[in-house]
Amino acid sequence: MTALLEVEDLKVAYGKIEAVKGISFSVEAGQIVTLIGTNGAGKTTTLRTLSGLLKPAGGRITFDGKPLGGIGAHKIVALGLAHSPEGRRIFPRLTIAENLQLGAFLRKDSDGIAQDIQRSYDLFPILGERRKQAAGTLSGGEQQMLAMGRALMSRPKLLMLDEPSMGLSPIMMQKIMATISELKSQGTTILLVEQNAQAALSLADHGHVMEVGKIVLSGSGQDLLHDESVRKAYLGED
Amino acid sequence: MNDLPQQLANGLLLGALYGLIAIGYTMVYGIVQLINFAHGEIFMIGGFGALTAYLWLPDGTSLLLALPLMILMAMACSVLVAMGAERFAYRPLRNAPRLAPLITAIGLSIALQQAIWAFYPDATKSRPFPEFDGGRLDLGAFAIGRGDLFLLIAAPVCMIGLGFFVSKTRTGRAMQATSQDPDTAKLMGINTDRIIVTAFAIGAAFAAIAAIAHGLKYGEVNFKMGFIAGLKAFTAAVLGGIGNIYGAMIGGLVLGLAEAMATAYIENIPGMSQLGGGAWKDVWAFVLLILVLLLRPQGLLGQRVADRA
Repeated sequence: MTALLEVEDLKVAYGKIEAVKGISFSVEAGQIVTLIGTNGAGKTTTLRTLSGLLKPAGGRITFDGKPLGGIGAHKIVALGLAHSPEGRRIFPRLTIAENLQLGAFLRKDSDGIAQDIQRSYDLFPILGERRKQAAGTLSGGEQQMLAMGRALMSRPKLLMLDEPSMGLSPIMMQKIMATISELKSQGTTILLVEQNAQAALSLADHGHVMEVGKIVLSGSGQDLLHDESVRKAYLGED
Repeated sequence: MNDLPQQLANGLLLGALYGLIAIGYTMVYGIVQLINFAHGEIFMIGGFGALTAYLWLPDGTSLLLALPLMILMAMACSVLVAMGAERFAYRPLRNAPRLAPLITAIGLSIALQQAIWAFYPDATKSRPFPEFDGGRLDLGAFAIGRGDLFLLIAAPVCMIGLGFFVSKTRTGRAMQATSQDPDTAKLMGINTDRIIVTAFAIGAAFAAIAAIAHGLKYGEVNFKMGFIAGLKAFTAAVLGGIGNIYGAMIGGLVLGLAEAMATAYIENIPGMSQLGGGAWKDVWAFVLLILVLLLRPQGLLGQRVADRA
């Protein structure tokens, strides 16, 4: 079986500075795969390249059997790759309902869209209660829920989440992580980028540790969670 | 003060004209943060487009019958020039430092003026624009020119139409999303290049309508008319809060009213008798702009910037 997403020797550069220096990994359908690492390791750059916001400087990306190189970001969503960006990036002056509708921008089935909006409200009841409110008035955690709900509105084959726990209270973080595992149990394939290595690895089937643009260690989530160097570097243990 | 209703009517009509042009500045700024200083010329070219259409028709065609063709032609000319400017002058500079497209816009503005001056027949001086027959319409407390009827109908229709388009249609919502966060809009599947072109096109179409209203009001078009009208409309856009389409219209009306009031009444204030009258109206318009920028820099309806938690 070929993987849903196959990344081979991907390189990304900002001008002359190479931020991603040839990484390879794959995501199988139904899995959660996580990229962990410190700030500046190239995790966000990797996701932004996969969704087409950045152009790769080299390497190959194959998604669902199709090469992605050089396709504009607005066309990649249509192939089934959704990206919930770092910092949530909800549309602050649109309502929650409008934000969710924009997530389904390319879909034409208005009945299905209405159903999926309802599903977002079921998943995150607070969004349903505040559907007419401007999204900028939500708390950070609520905005994260909205960003995830919005990304799901395109009915993606692969959902990419960039730092969903960033800046959240511990309780809110637990809620978001619980939602991610619920999404997995519903069959959603997820590529998760996190600084919170503990939380990410406990959910993930596979994990990759990135350091300054390279993958330095790969393994199953459980293996990495118990790996001594990972525990030292990322889980704050001496 | 018994001519107050008349002055209010004059001010509101002038303001509606400014507001229509201001839409072009504010929509483009809202989406690409560019002050399109060539927008005044896009307005001017609409005026020449309308005149050309009128001259094509056989002599003696009634202006009312000619008007639809003039509107179409004015819009076609303005929109085509605006889309060309976006595609060939501004898009290549999308990621350049902001000064580069700004200077390009000023250069384009001069180039378009000179192109009309050089290539449109007899455009080195003002060309007469058709006017409706008959005197001013007496509406009781005040009178308006017959040509102003066009503005009186067109401005509200355009504004209500635009409000509906932006808030209710799929493209309108994509436009709001693009102006709030272009990268994330792309992630939703929105073709932001197309949205940017649409913003330029809508602004140009409104400018074309304004150009016809301007021609009917003043009875002439000339290659320089975009400069001062554009500057006033830009002022209106800033006054209302640039980036906000309702702000552009409100800013236009406020500016028009201020000019009319200043022209009519400032000379009655003791000690300011030399500062009134038509010659000083531009001065008062910019005094108003300076005051608003000092007291409320985001403009009257400026966006609240407390967005991202």
